Amino acid sequence: MAMEQSLGAPQSVSLAIAGSGGAGVMTTGNLLLTAAARAGLYGLFVRTSGPQIRGGEAAALLRLSSVPVQNLGDRFDALIAIDWQNIHRFADEIPLDADSLIIGDMSQGPLPEAFVRTGARPQDLNLKELAKAIPGAWPNMVALGLCAGMLGLPVEATRSAVETSLKKASDRLPASLAAVEAGYAAAAKLPGAKVIGGEAGKKRWLITGNEAAGYGAVRGGVRFVAAYPITPATEVLEWLAPHLVEVGGVLVQAEDELASINMAIGASYGGTPSLTATAGPGLSLMIEALGLSVASETPIVVVDVMRGGPSTGIPAKSEQSDISIAVNGLHGDAPRIVVVPNSIADCLTTTQWAVHLAEKLQSPALVLSDQFLGQSLAVIDRPEDATYVAERLIAPAGGENYRRYKITDDGVSPMAIPGTPGLAYTADGLEHNEKGTPSSQATDHRVQLAKRERKLSLHDYGDYWADLEGEGELAVITLGSTTGPVREAIARAARDGVKVRLLAVRLLAPVRPEHFAKALDGAKRILVVEQNHSRQFYRYLRSEYDFPVPLSSFARPGPLPIRPDEVYRQLIEWSRA
Amino acid sequence: MTTCPSAVDEAPLTAGDYKSDYKPIWCPGCGDYSVLLALTKAFAQLQLRPELTSVVSGIGCSSRIPAYTSTYGFHGVHGRSLAAATGLKISRPDMTVVVTGGDGDGYSIGGNHFLHACRRNVDMTYIVMDNHVYGMTKGQPSPTTEPDWNSKLSPGGTGLRAFHPMVIALAAGANFVARAFAGDPNGTADIIAQAIKAPGFSFVEILSPCVTFRPEQRDWKSVARPSPVPPTNDGARAARRLMTDDGFNIGVLYQGERPPYQPPVGKARRTVADLEREFAL
Repeated sequence: MAMEQSLGAPQSVSLAIAGSGGAGVMTTGNLLLTAAARAGLYGLFVRTSGPQIRGGEAAALLRLSSVPVQNLGDRFDALIAIDWQNIHRFADEIPLDADSLIIGDMSQGPLPEAFVRTGARPQDLNLKELAKAIPGAWPNMVALGLCAGMLGLPVEATRSAVETSLKKASDRLPASLAAVEAGYAAAAKLPGAKVIGGEAGKKRWLITGNEAAGYGAVRGGVRFVAAYPITPATEVLEWLAPHLVEVGGVLVQAEDELASINMAIGASYGGTPSLTATAGPGLSLMIEALGLSVASETPIVVVDVMRGGPSTGIPAKSEQSDISIAVNGLHGDAPRIVVVPNSIADCLTTTQWAVHLAEKLQSPALVLSDQFLGQSLAVIDRPEDATYVAERLIAPAGGENYRRYKITDDGVSPMAIPGTPGLAYTADGLEHNEKGTPSSQATDHRVQLAKRERKLSLHDYGDYWADLEGEGELAVITLGSTTGPVREAIARAARDGVKVRLLAVRLLAPVRPEHFAKALDGAKRILVVEQNHSRQFYRYLRSEYDFPVPLSSFARPGPLPIRPDEVYRQLIEWSRA
Repeated sequence: MTTCPSAVDEAPLTAGDYKSDYKPIWCPGCGDYSVLLALTKAFAQLQLRPELTSVVSGIGCSSRIPAYTSTYGFHGVHGRSLAAATGLKISRPDMTVVVTGGDGDGYSIGGNHFLHACRRNVDMTYIVMDNHVYGMTKGQPSPTTEPDWNSKLSPGGTGLRAFHPMVIALAAGANFVARAFAGDPNGTADIIAQAIKAPGFSFVEILSPCVTFRPEQRDWKSVARPSPVPPTNDGARAARRLMTDDGFNIGVLYQGERPPYQPPVGKARRTVADLEREFAL
């Protein structure tokens, strides 16, 4: 296997393990990542499968490295096939080249044409036969040993990963460990690719973005969650269900997304920081109630784990195509907060920040995660503790003539929490006066609109509004999960002596014109990278900001990820112009 | 339900104490005035603490009620009042939650939430002022409108059978099902008070005439009469009674014994920081 000498990842290996449903490739992927993590490496594990809920073809895509990785890279060093069933469907997702290996049972039939064309070298190895020789063993465990052996992972790390996973089924342990050993033995006869070990002693986590978002919500202070299942957001809710109870909160399963968002708003009106999580179709249903959150100034956080759209779209694949609905999708003049985490680890802090902002500004806050961030499992450095917590401006008891929607300089008005004597008011989606009484008077409408806009635009969001990295006359603006490949492309260009600055926008709304101007000062060419068809981010930037030079757009829809090399090539081409 | 502490120095609250100073937008003669009166009388009868009571609504004429009371109120979006109230009650079990609305809001756009609120059986009271018409949008048929009722939107009538809210409530699992008539505010106040006191999800269908778009409903006062039978705790018996119900039997039909849905809140067993242990390698 040829090692990928990528920047940001001095040495990394990408592997794909494929097989029909039930072959256990996801278990292999999970255990391989765990073993690599225990051996001091970083890594990323992406699950991909055909449209069948269970039992279709599946592939575990992994990239392992001595430094944290935020994307799968440009190519795969090896494809390990437990069987060939429908494996051609993954040809686009598993790019191979002449330096790649395809390992599998070549007697099962010819290699799919899509893979032959890549020039990858076939390596005959019958995983099923190796497993058959060990009573009770499965080919996926042989595959685990094979991969771990080729990567040069210490056998103890792999054994311990298997032992932990079979804690509750210890009768299967001996056969599984024997299968792993058989895999290591087979690997010894194959070309290897040892990844240089990572730093020992650092506190590291194994986590998905959906889990991170759930934990970020709890850290921010969320104690009520209303849930309606939807791919690929369900794991946010499934993580929260038991953990909220442990910290004194509660999760309720709603009958639909209309109910979940309104339940969350009702709970927030009662004084409890509240959240729901969904994906595009659910977000579409929640739009009306988000307007209620704006008008009634009831804080609420919605985590939208973006997937391919429109309509049902491509549910289990990533796409950044809810940008437009997030920034524009409410009727009336409805300012809202939209934040975008730009890595799996950042799903934690950005969601925590969203809770803080929603509560502080008595506003809806949308967190635009996506399927890649949400469902990929990664080894990350333990994120630094953020201080963002829910701090709502609460009206103290005992005041006279309480005005819930009082006009204030910063636009934020003290909120009475039900239970407080003497401050009873009616939260209303109807336009209202300062007291909260419904009003269709021009003045009331004007001052309340201005107040709601002011509280968001005047807030000091600090340095966390974006990640600004590097310098140079070339600049890339991106957001969310495409930040990973863009970072790698920029690092690669830097190795060629090409300086590129990165602006990874975390605060998408409200807009920050002065911050943008400063961040892009002196830029001669600006590339906007995003994963959708209609250039939603590019068009939003053009409509909201003035730029020193015309923007260029690199936009491509899902389901295939944007790869570092594509961005790198564009940057190098510019550097020569 | 949270009632006033029986402090000697506090005079009992009257129905008037539960009214805000905001003047209703309703047409003269609207049945909803009587429902507002009955609601505040029920609050006074139970001596509810205004700060621990919340009236939640959606959109429509009757959904304006929260602003007309002196308790906490929440006037949300069309059809979703039960959802908002569910979130409030589950997160704040100390609050008494009363949901008010109309037949369009509750049975049409909010129909799914009605089913699931009955099924979920959260301890709150749902009052529907049923006038068989969309009044705020000036006279369109609702799910309880007679099939031959003529309107601009449904010339010659909808031809659709009207929906029987109490049948649905009973079948979906509401723990308390009653019908009241706005023409009798005292009787309605008693029924609302019973509904608030009853644990679980209480549903009160109130015949509340729309004198503007359904002037013939003025005649309801001549057909509405007390139910000839007392309430039952037997769902099958209640269902049989509804089979022969003409829509004008007033009183409590059913009060069951199903425990309310109220997950525990506010009792932490672990610290937030402790949760990160499961991610650590």
